[in-house]
Amino acid sequence: MSSQKAKDVLFDPVFKNNPIALQILGICSALAVTTRFDKAFVMAVSVTVVTAFSSMFVSIIRNYIPTSIRIIVEMTIISTLVILVDQFLKAFVPAIADQLSVFVGLIITNCIVMGRAEGFALKNSPGLSFLDGIGNGLGYSVILLTLGLVREIFGSGSLSLPVFGTLTVLPLTSDGGFYVRNGLMLTPPSAFFLIGLFIWGLRTVYPNQVEKD
Amino acid sequence: MQPNETDIEENKGFDPNSTSGTFIVAVVLCLVCAVAVSVAAVGLRDLQEQNAKNKMMRNVLIAAGIWDDTKHTDADIPTLFENIDTRLWNLPAEGKPSGSFNTELSLDSYNQEDAASTPAGSIEIAADADVAGIKRREKVSRVYFVKDDAGKVKSIILPIKGKGLWSTLYGFLAVDATTRESRGITFYKHGETPGLGGEVDNPKWKHKWRGGDSSLMLRGEDGKVSLDVVKPGNASTASQIDGLSGATITSNGVENTIHYWLGPDAFGPFLDEFASGKLDVASADNPPAAKESETPEGERSPAAEGDSAGDGNSAS
Repeated sequence: MSSQKAKDVLFDPVFKNNPIALQILGICSALAVTTRFDKAFVMAVSVTVVTAFSSMFVSIIRNYIPTSIRIIVEMTIISTLVILVDQFLKAFVPAIADQLSVFVGLIITNCIVMGRAEGFALKNSPGLSFLDGIGNGLGYSVILLTLGLVREIFGSGSLSLPVFGTLTVLPLTSDGGFYVRNGLMLTPPSAFFLIGLFIWGLRTVYPNQVEKD
Repeated sequence: MQPNETDIEENKGFDPNSTSGTFIVAVVLCLVCAVAVSVAAVGLRDLQEQNAKNKMMRNVLIAAGIWDDTKHTDADIPTLFENIDTRLWNLPAEGKPSGSFNTELSLDSYNQEDAASTPAGSIEIAADADVAGIKRREKVSRVYFVKDDAGKVKSIILPIKGKGLWSTLYGFLAVDATTRESRGITFYKHGETPGLGGEVDNPKWKHKWRGGDSSLMLRGEDGKVSLDVVKPGNASTASQIDGLSGATITSNGVENTIHYWLGPDAFGPFLDEFASGKLDVASADNPPAAKESETPEGERSPAAEGDSAGDGNSAS
């Protein structure tokens, strides 16, 4: 693999070929876990890890996967990794694992993971597949973190950073501040609006992403 | 992991698309994945159980009004628990309506959550008595006595659970040593709507339960549960508390939960006995967990009525 290709594989999915914004994959979890920044961050890291390693393992055994049970083999590898991630989260960040609850388990059904295993890892080398997984994970992370940032600041007036704790950005009127919280930001529809705005911005910068009528 | 398996097969001129090849790949893959999952589950179990225990203890401290999120971390829990005595209480059972301390089970290994769902550890609640809507309850419950510096019991923390709108709410209720006044409430697990029923976690509401504005009476002079959760803004007597706006069913659920757990079928007799001063907290100590048999299996003694018998295997 040439280093140029590796770089493209790694960074293209971040903006040029973003899995959520262009491929519209993995929307469900983007709505569910982005009410707080720290939740979104842990979810983003988890999905990136799972995508990278599942792509790598699928790629390693790609010549030995019987075509008839191809999808099940991919699912087994993905599920194993998701269970491992879930176990680690429960052991090391229990508070966030509690909040993410079922959504960690639902990484199994995240279309991005399966899509990269099926669409890329089956045809490419393990190293490249790993980078592709990281890249798509980063693409997913960019959207998740943006949504988490905007939704938490405007919905709760705070910003919960992993490790550093929760900061008050906009003091709420209920706590004696000036900011009236925007309840819409805490509900799933706001994530739709924000993803829409994100896609708009992205397609203004990269006009070739606009679909022809 | 996977590469090693396949490298061996490569040397044999392996055809994955033959019937036997498909089977071999499937079996090998399943074995490898099963081993990986098992190793992680067993290896991380201690940490996860410690986390679950910490979460419970943290919530007891929250109900007691001792915990401060900005100051305390999990490392402070043992220190903060020094003034709290934990005991096991046999909830009223058939033929024993008053209940008693349980001194057979070990505090360390008794898993109340598991016990509540096993036939051995729980009883079915008669439909007409089941105001909290939980169908079964454990035979033995933890109770926490919060003491002041002089060693006198200040408040009692009781685990409670009951149905709200969408989900069962699990929490702790702190009752004053007079057994009448509320000293705090907290819910650590529920699935109510965020912003509506989910406001059971709201610090302002919890403040009211702590008696922050005016004292809140859970039980009347006669020991009957008098608590009344009313429509927001309508609380007028000491037994009434404003419900959550937009969450009537959750508010009623909280009221029913407390009516059940402080009622005659659950902690009512316990509180009566405590109020009359007949309860000897100090002498009712539980045996420490046997060091060599810390697994739940080791605790399955025939004398231990209401044994949890939980495998503790499911990482729910």
